[in-house]
Amino acid sequence: MADRPQPLGAAGAAGLIAAAVVLALTLGTALLTLSRAQGVARLGAADWAAIRFTLGQAAISAGLSVALAIPVARALARRRFAGRAALVTLLGAPFILPVIVAVLGLLTVFGRNGWASAALDLAGLPPLDIYGGHGVILAHVFLNLPLATRLILQGWLAVPSERFRLAADLGFGPPQIRRHIEWPMLREVCPGTLIVIFLVCTTSFAVALTLGGGPRATTVELAIYQAFRFEFDLGKAALLALVQLALSGVAALLALGLAVPQAAAGGLDRAVERWDAQGPWHRGGDAALIALAAAFLVLPLLAIFLDGVPGLARMPASIWGAALRSLAVALASGALTLALALPMALAAARPRPGARMVEAAGYLSVAVSPLVIGVGLFLLVRPIANPTALALPVTALVNAAMSLPFALRALIPAARATEAIYGPLADQLGLQGRARLRRLILPRLRRPMGFAMALAAALSMGDLGVIALFTDPSAGTLPFALYGLMGAYRMDAAAGAALILLASSLALFWLFDRGGRLDADT
Amino acid sequence: MPFCACPLLSDLWESPMRRTPLAIFAALTALPALHAAAQETPVLTVYTYDSFDTEWGPGPRIEPAFEERCGCDLQFVGAGDGAALLARLRLEGGNTDADVVLGLDTALTAAARDTGLFAPHGIEVPPLDLPVDWQDDTFVPFDWGYFAFVHARDFDPPANFRDLADSEAQVVIQDPRSSTPGLGLLMWVKAAYGDAAPEIWEGLADNIVTVTKGWSEAYGLFLDGEADMVLSYTTSPAYHVAAEADDTKTAAPFDEGHYLQVEVAARLAGSDQPELARDFLDFMLTAPFQTAIPETNWMYPAVTPEAGLPAAYDGLIRPGTALLLSPDEARAIRDTALDEWLTALSR
Amino acid sequence: MLTLEGVEIRRPGFALAADLAIENGARVSVLGPSGAGKSTLLSAIAGFLLPDAGRVAFDGRDLAPLPPGRRPVSMIFQDGNLFPHLTAFENAALGLRLSGRLTREERDRVARSLDRVGLEGLGDRKPGALSGGQQGRVALARILLRAQPVMLLDEPFAALGPALKRRMLALVDEVATEIGATVLMVSHDPQDARRLGGQTVFVAGGRAHAPAPTAHLLDQPPPALRTYLEG
Repeated sequence: MADRPQPLGAAGAAGLIAAAVVLALTLGTALLTLSRAQGVARLGAADWAAIRFTLGQAAISAGLSVALAIPVARALARRRFAGRAALVTLLGAPFILPVIVAVLGLLTVFGRNGWASAALDLAGLPPLDIYGGHGVILAHVFLNLPLATRLILQGWLAVPSERFRLAADLGFGPPQIRRHIEWPMLREVCPGTLIVIFLVCTTSFAVALTLGGGPRATTVELAIYQAFRFEFDLGKAALLALVQLALSGVAALLALGLAVPQAAAGGLDRAVERWDAQGPWHRGGDAALIALAAAFLVLPLLAIFLDGVPGLARMPASIWGAALRSLAVALASGALTLALALPMALAAARPRPGARMVEAAGYLSVAVSPLVIGVGLFLLVRPIANPTALALPVTALVNAAMSLPFALRALIPAARATEAIYGPLADQLGLQGRARLRRLILPRLRRPMGFAMALAAALSMGDLGVIALFTDPSAGTLPFALYGLMGAYRMDAAAGAALILLASSLALFWLFDRGGRLDADT
Repeated sequence: MPFCACPLLSDLWESPMRRTPLAIFAALTALPALHAAAQETPVLTVYTYDSFDTEWGPGPRIEPAFEERCGCDLQFVGAGDGAALLARLRLEGGNTDADVVLGLDTALTAAARDTGLFAPHGIEVPPLDLPVDWQDDTFVPFDWGYFAFVHARDFDPPANFRDLADSEAQVVIQDPRSSTPGLGLLMWVKAAYGDAAPEIWEGLADNIVTVTKGWSEAYGLFLDGEADMVLSYTTSPAYHVAAEADDTKTAAPFDEGHYLQVEVAARLAGSDQPELARDFLDFMLTAPFQTAIPETNWMYPAVTPEAGLPAAYDGLIRPGTALLLSPDEARAIRDTALDEWLTALSR
Repeated sequence: MLTLEGVEIRRPGFALAADLAIENGARVSVLGPSGAGKSTLLSAIAGFLLPDAGRVAFDGRDLAPLPPGRRPVSMIFQDGNLFPHLTAFENAALGLRLSGRLTREERDRVARSLDRVGLEGLGDRKPGALSGGQQGRVALARILLRAQPVMLLDEPFAALGPALKRRMLALVDEVATEIGATVLMVSHDPQDARRLGGQTVFVAGGRAHAPAPTAHLLDQPPPALRTYLEG
């Protein structure tokens, strides 16, 4: 119906500005790094092998994460049980952990000397060998399955309850529900989820190397490390980052092209009640699935918890200062993420030329090499300021950019649905600009905004706290302090710090995610 | 909800407070400058690796000791690890703020010298307690250590690399592309076996559980029981003895000798405090600095303090042969050694 | 007077032409087969789409430059007529002030309009807690407050039962009379058209025909309309 050409408008302009900021941070930093290169960089056979390995493992990891997340999300969507809310919150945890903590937690469970191997030993079986291509994928699934589950679960919860009522009325069984309700929803939600996880996995480095068992598992990010630290070949580092960015961009556009937005229909936000799949077979299957997924995700977290408790007493007092700084960075980063993501989501949600490009630009930020972002920003900032003094603001900004794809994944479908359902009425009433934002968009997007802010803050608190060349050892973040403790042999204190980090990230996540849901609909 | 009050970027732009972000930015950037301007006392800026200036590193002990002597303000700037340190200097080039760089090692000094950024140290170097002869007009060593495989005392270690290759022992090592010890191991095998290095690596391939990004991951894996041995330093067990009263870790003596890591400092040619920089290098080889090293950096001091080494160092193995390639040799064979390593382990 | 002069709307596989005039204060039903372009006609008047040719004018003023919110039009859609996160009061108040910040006098006006459409005491409820008929009444209270000279209704009460629908149509008529508005209502039910009285625009075969008296048209339908009515 909205055939009338849409004016760019303030929201659209803000969206373009936000996209430009993100492009400057990603493409801009890589190009700036390239401009400082001496001589023409060439990629060798080893570099192309790294690119192939990176794309291959990322594709498998993303595919597997999403394929496994679909049944888990469906089971969570159609079952109510005690502890469901807590489990959904815990689903955020693996993703926001610093890589080193996640790897050690995972190995406590699945390593040669881990719990699973001990159990196998009792049964007279040989220990697990986790190191290899399968280890990389196991770790990536551990890190990303929960996120995929959350995003897909949101898709399920966004299906208007009227549709399930209609399905119940028509006597639909699970096959018909799949075909008429779930498949269209999945076609909309999955490509975006797939691409986000694919992109996250492309910049993996420590996980791939450690669990990959050696240099067979060389990713592009490691090749960039080699170029920067080993050869000091800025041109090659930047070129590798750009190649990765280009391939990721193509992948993002392809995936977005596959996404088929559903025709949105207004539901009245009543709690989703389901009448299908009530047989004992389905109930049992769902229960088993939820239990398995929970065990897979929770056991390594439990390992981190058990490792960390004794270390709590041995942590230096300075850890609390680091925790406070991380908290400040996390809150700033969360707010920045929303400030970037909201205008981009609104620009991408309206049928306007370039909407898809805005969306793709938002996804790319996670595919660009963190090292190259650090180098580019360093080159940019150093002539005018002291990089050490800007360590925390830069960390907040880069974290915000890195969190953007997840925020957009949550916001764009909701923004699209809001425009599709309530856009005509708002247009008709002349509800534009700030009033539209305040009275329609913000209230309708509270839930995904809460989720986006929660994820951004938690990610910033945990995984992304350190930016190359922008560190200040005297005023470091919590992840930085944790690395410092490990580097100084204080593994037990580091385990305590990891527990603090896990707890505070989860608390932040829970707080904002819940804040977004508090009487959100009605 | 706080985020409901979040203005759109456009609103921020239209609001009367639109200058706020710029103002904050300006203030933030101006702060260090103001800080510096307010100082009457001269400032000596020392770039070092991050762990040197953490609360467990030597930094907090050394800083007051030197400041008392020089009447200046000693400022450490952390820049990742040794290799990142050099990369940062190369990014900054001639207009770096650094007066002194502390924490390069012999794998990096040839490249560092070629940048032309460094000036001869110009100090009287006292007799050094290094296992090798040291002659260098630019780079001054401040500590050193042997790379070694650390294991639990109840584990029966191999006696050399060939033994290790033939054994069932499982080790964790670090990637030479991202880690200093990882590169050290590359040099170790090359220094001990020369052209036979590829064969050694092929033999070791099935003993290597995995390769990590950095030392911390590898050591953490070892402590978690994922491997029998981890690539570290002969001095690592001293930490466990001193800090944890734990005598169960030791290092395996290898009979082909152990590769040495010598950590050095140098002053920048473009420094605006050449006198202070020289004073610092001088100070670096005196007792206040050197006594801080063994129990903060867990390395051997370049000049053994009069009081000797801490008791925790008594039980450490002392390798019979110290291996060290000259900086030029190290640079010359680096790429070949990496290729050999990659080829053998990528099979 | 609302005029459509030589209006043509072309889309792939679809075309609609309209050349007609509607007196102010008229009651006009829009009848026709599904897909003929009834809703499209309303969208063109409301400004959601721009005709490929011709012009839409009200009292001689070309509406083309005006976006939907600036047109002298209030509209009720098939659904999505209320914001679920706002109360009935707040939804109605959108007809007066988009910001939601009301003076005391304006608050009284909103309350009176809710009373007027039969929603005394329900102002604090959100749409989810109202019946279908009550939701329609909130939308009408908003239209009362907006007081635009043209009311467009796109199959507004299709989901309601016959008796309730009758009452809602009567309320539409009363509201329109109070604000002196022209009513254009799309329906697929000839009974709705009879109840609304006035005239009917028949849309079929790519053409919106000029309005003709509803009773006469339905009693003696031309062939195309007969096909639509009788199958």
